[in-house]
Amino acid sequence: MKYAVLKKEDLSKWLLHLQKKAKLYGPKRKENLFVFRPIKDVEEICLDYIPTILPPKKYYFPQKEKLFKFTVNPFKTAKAIKEFEDFIIFGVHTCDIAGIQCLDIVFRDTPEDPNYLNRKEKMTIIGIECLKYCDENANCASMGNHVPRGGYDLMLIDIGKYFVIHVNSEKGEKLVTGLSYIKEAKQSEMDELARVRNEKTKVFKEELKAPVSKVYEAFGAQESFNSKVWEDVGKKCVACGNCTAVCPTCYCFDVQDDLELSFNEGLRYRIWNSCQMDDFAKVAGGEDFRKGRDGRQRHRYYRKFKYPVDKFNRYFCTGCGRCTRTCMAEINLKETVNAITDNFLQGEAK
Amino acid sequence: MIDREILLEKIKTSPYKPMKAKIIEACMLTEKEKFFRIELEDKINLSHEPGQFVMVSLFGFGEAPISVCSSPTDKGYFDLTVRNVGTLTNKLHQFKKGDIVGIRGPFGKGFPVDNMFGFDLVIVAGGLGIVPLRSLIRYITYNRNDFGNVEILLGCKTPKELLFREETHEWMKRSEIKFNCTVDKADPDWKGNVGLITSLIPGININPTRTYAVVVGPPIMYKFVIKELVKKSIPAHQIVVSLERRMKCGLGKCGHCQMEGAYVCQSGPVFTYDQLQNFKGECHEKAA
Repeated sequence: MKYAVLKKEDLSKWLLHLQKKAKLYGPKRKENLFVFRPIKDVEEICLDYIPTILPPKKYYFPQKEKLFKFTVNPFKTAKAIKEFEDFIIFGVHTCDIAGIQCLDIVFRDTPEDPNYLNRKEKMTIIGIECLKYCDENANCASMGNHVPRGGYDLMLIDIGKYFVIHVNSEKGEKLVTGLSYIKEAKQSEMDELARVRNEKTKVFKEELKAPVSKVYEAFGAQESFNSKVWEDVGKKCVACGNCTAVCPTCYCFDVQDDLELSFNEGLRYRIWNSCQMDDFAKVAGGEDFRKGRDGRQRHRYYRKFKYPVDKFNRYFCTGCGRCTRTCMAEINLKETVNAITDNFLQGEAK
Repeated sequence: MIDREILLEKIKTSPYKPMKAKIIEACMLTEKEKFFRIELEDKINLSHEPGQFVMVSLFGFGEAPISVCSSPTDKGYFDLTVRNVGTLTNKLHQFKKGDIVGIRGPFGKGFPVDNMFGFDLVIVAGGLGIVPLRSLIRYITYNRNDFGNVEILLGCKTPKELLFREETHEWMKRSEIKFNCTVDKADPDWKGNVGLITSLIPGININPTRTYAVVVGPPIMYKFVIKELVKKSIPAHQIVVSLERRMKCGLGKCGHCQMEGAYVCQSGPVFTYDQLQNFKGECHEKAA
């Protein structure tokens, strides 16, 4: 089965079925915002949502990940996690799926990261395609992430009274087969899907002023690196690290130890860290290799639009808009990127 | 070679788990630096390249990247020299012979000893820079006939801070290597040169195209030393440096050591000056 159909009135029934298969996470309302949470009551799931406060990365790259247990005397290490559990993340937007793909590449790159890969293996992703903009902060169309580009097991598309489900893996297929209420899509339903997707092309337009390949080119220029734009951004920035915490492709971490009261047993774990923090690149001797918020903000942007493109041929901005939405200092990704590309293109025109 | 494969396999299967290692010798070299000789469990050879580093683990205190200061030709053990500057190194200084530490690695790219084969060498060490360079110097003295003329220039602030005193004294006496030492500020007993390390470079006599220069020291030193070496017409790809950065994983993931697009723990810590020139502004060691 390549495409399946699920009536909306049967959604709860299916979610109950999924709950039995594995631990289920999904988007839920939290005050006026949205969050991914473990789903106890399937009615809590809200599929009409704008990007959640944190991306689902918290489930496959936990904020605090146990690496191993240790004993000081005698010197011993042991597994901290015996078994990783199966889980399903339901209702993931295509921008966040792009984020998962980015982290896959990073953690698969040699030397591989077993903690990440073990979790990833247990994960099933069920996406939902956006048919309208979440808000004005998104730049998903510029990044090409407003449409599904793989990386999921199942993808739901809302066609009014029913969902068309794209089956993209064997893991996904197992979740839609053998159920009386999920049927293979008929031609008429496929035609509807084509109509909805066609309508969508009228809604989503590239949000950045220049095509993203030009953005990459602009970031490569020495003038852009030394641009006054970074100075301006640096002046606004309060170095809170919110932008990196909410970014689906930020993965910098710190490694720390927790000692138990015995002072002999403990746990080594890794914890999210942010390149926006003052001491991030400071060595014990005192030298700080990325002093100043301007340089640190620049680094963040370059880690989205330049360095990973050089290394992996992939942009690490998914276009979700979270960094802009969360920034207390109102640093705006679209404005910053546009300013850099504008200056570059003007320079080129001269 | 078998040992190297064992270690690579360990990094592959459980990259964060340190190996058990025993301190078999420990002594203070100066007021702030302590020397440790370490033996891995089962006496595995670290099989490192000169210039590589290890992550030293003290459970409860975390990990820190430390340069290996012995040569891979020193079998059965390896050496570290650690300055007491932070929480972990402070604790490590309390460790003595027989104590156990955790070791991960070796990590990074070392000095390109194979490319240096047959070349004359100028080795410039500033302060703690002599620590990673000791691995290279010991490697060279062990394989002495693989290299041309060897000239070592060492600089530090005061005679009190001079590391590896007996060894440097020994180098000074040897005929097949030239060794020169300078201090910024002398004390009454000092009989050697006084002045910055850069002052020693114009006096050396080299054939630039067949010379490799290797420089390690504090960030501020690089710019000035490299400038002098460039004046001597040594090509940029034959000027080799080793950079210090903050590191948490050694695996090219945690982000702390990143210098623009490069993870220093994986692409470095050893770079050629030629490579440094591609950086747009985050490389502190590059001359403007």
